[in-house]
Amino acid sequence: MDIKNVPQDHISTYAENKKALYATDENGKYAVVTSSGWDVEGEATKQALTELQRQADNAYQAVLEGQQSPLYYHMYAQRMDLIVLAQSMGLFQWRVKRHLKPKVFKKLSPTLLARYSEALGLSVESLKQLPELKEK
Amino acid sequence: MQAVKFKHQHAAHCESGVMSSMLSHHGLKLSEPMVFGLSSALVFAYLPFVKLGGMPLIAYRSMPKSIIKGLQKNIGLKMKVEKFSNATRGTQRLDELLAQGHIVGAQTSVFWLPYFPEEMRFHFNAHNLMVINKTDDNYSISDPVFEHLVEADVKSLQKARFVKGVMAPKGALYYPSYVPQEIDYKKVLPKCIKKTAKTMLKTPVPIAGLKGIYFLAKHIRQLEKKGEQYSKLFLGHIIRMQEEIGTGGAGFRYIYASFLQESAELINNQELFEASKMMTATGDAWREFALLIAKSIRSKNKKVIDYLAIAEKLESVAQQEAEVYKKLLRAF
Repeated sequence: MDIKNVPQDHISTYAENKKALYATDENGKYAVVTSSGWDVEGEATKQALTELQRQADNAYQAVLEGQQSPLYYHMYAQRMDLIVLAQSMGLFQWRVKRHLKPKVFKKLSPTLLARYSEALGLSVESLKQLPELKEK
Repeated sequence: MQAVKFKHQHAAHCESGVMSSMLSHHGLKLSEPMVFGLSSALVFAYLPFVKLGGMPLIAYRSMPKSIIKGLQKNIGLKMKVEKFSNATRGTQRLDELLAQGHIVGAQTSVFWLPYFPEEMRFHFNAHNLMVINKTDDNYSISDPVFEHLVEADVKSLQKARFVKGVMAPKGALYYPSYVPQEIDYKKVLPKCIKKTAKTMLKTPVPIAGLKGIYFLAKHIRQLEKKGEQYSKLFLGHIIRMQEEIGTGGAGFRYIYASFLQESAELINNQELFEASKMMTATGDAWREFALLIAKSIRSKNKKVIDYLAIAEKLESVAQQEAEVYKKLLRAF
């Protein structure tokens, strides 16, 4: 790619940052060029972020309706899924799955709550409830 | 404390960027593309049965840590790697090394690093950075994918170093124990380049090398049956692995072209110059492939996705790339 063609699309997913790209100058010599992003990349990242948000929104609803424990929402809100959360906890997936049930979650031991709090980076208090829904 | 003042370098990719900076700091000037090429890091692999966030693993470079390992093997560099079972101990050791004046490489998660903007935070545990200094409760960090030096507080860095899960960093710290001051390029370059070309052309399993690209194309053809929601995410995921994760553009193909160019000059080999140009053109073709996908998965796009056209484009990229490797095998 020619340096002149390196996209500078100021994509929102870079949040004002720039990435280094390799491109050729007028003599065909390679150089490092900073780029404010390519729309193609930005769209793909946004698609992934939207999907994560959609999962968190659905989870929020499921918790409100009492089908799932608050843990279910926090898992998605922290961009995890069952696999990632179980791995971060060092637990089998079936155990984490159990903890997603409201009844089981209510009786969770302080030790396990503390571990979830660590894995998700949230205080035990906030882990037990749904946050106020933020305006998007 | 530091005898030599550390110079931050903005790089395309974390692991190659860290190694380039670290070696330059220790007197061996090696550009990021040279680090990348000398560790034979260019690959393609498509592992549909390994899922990350529900999506298959698609890799344009070799396994995490293979750049550090490859350099040791190929240029005689020696690295010391320390891992920890106890997080507090891991932080203490980092502080000790900094106090001794070391620039310390560290493997971390991306998600828990405070200086990463929200938009770039995903659960990926094999990120690399260098810690260069500590003042009070803050580390000064040279993260090669950022333009300038960044900072992280002690607690956050510790958390990022000790996440559990796939590719868990286990607090890994690394620094060189022996840095060669010269490299016998005439001997090393042909070896590294041939290895990459052979791996891409001749790996006998269908998931790696050029066969992996054709395998991915085959699955793109089958997306029609998978439903639009999944298919769009799948296609977007390919772009992300190719561009977003810090590849220098076109899934490391431009970095590799830059490496071939630099190699051509170092050992005065005209064939490598031409191969570099061919690799640049291949990189451009990968970018066209990404553009083709982006156009078809846009929410504005109301047309049916032409999976066949996308798959065919990918196959033509693979054909074009094969010619580069054949040329490289003939170059010595």
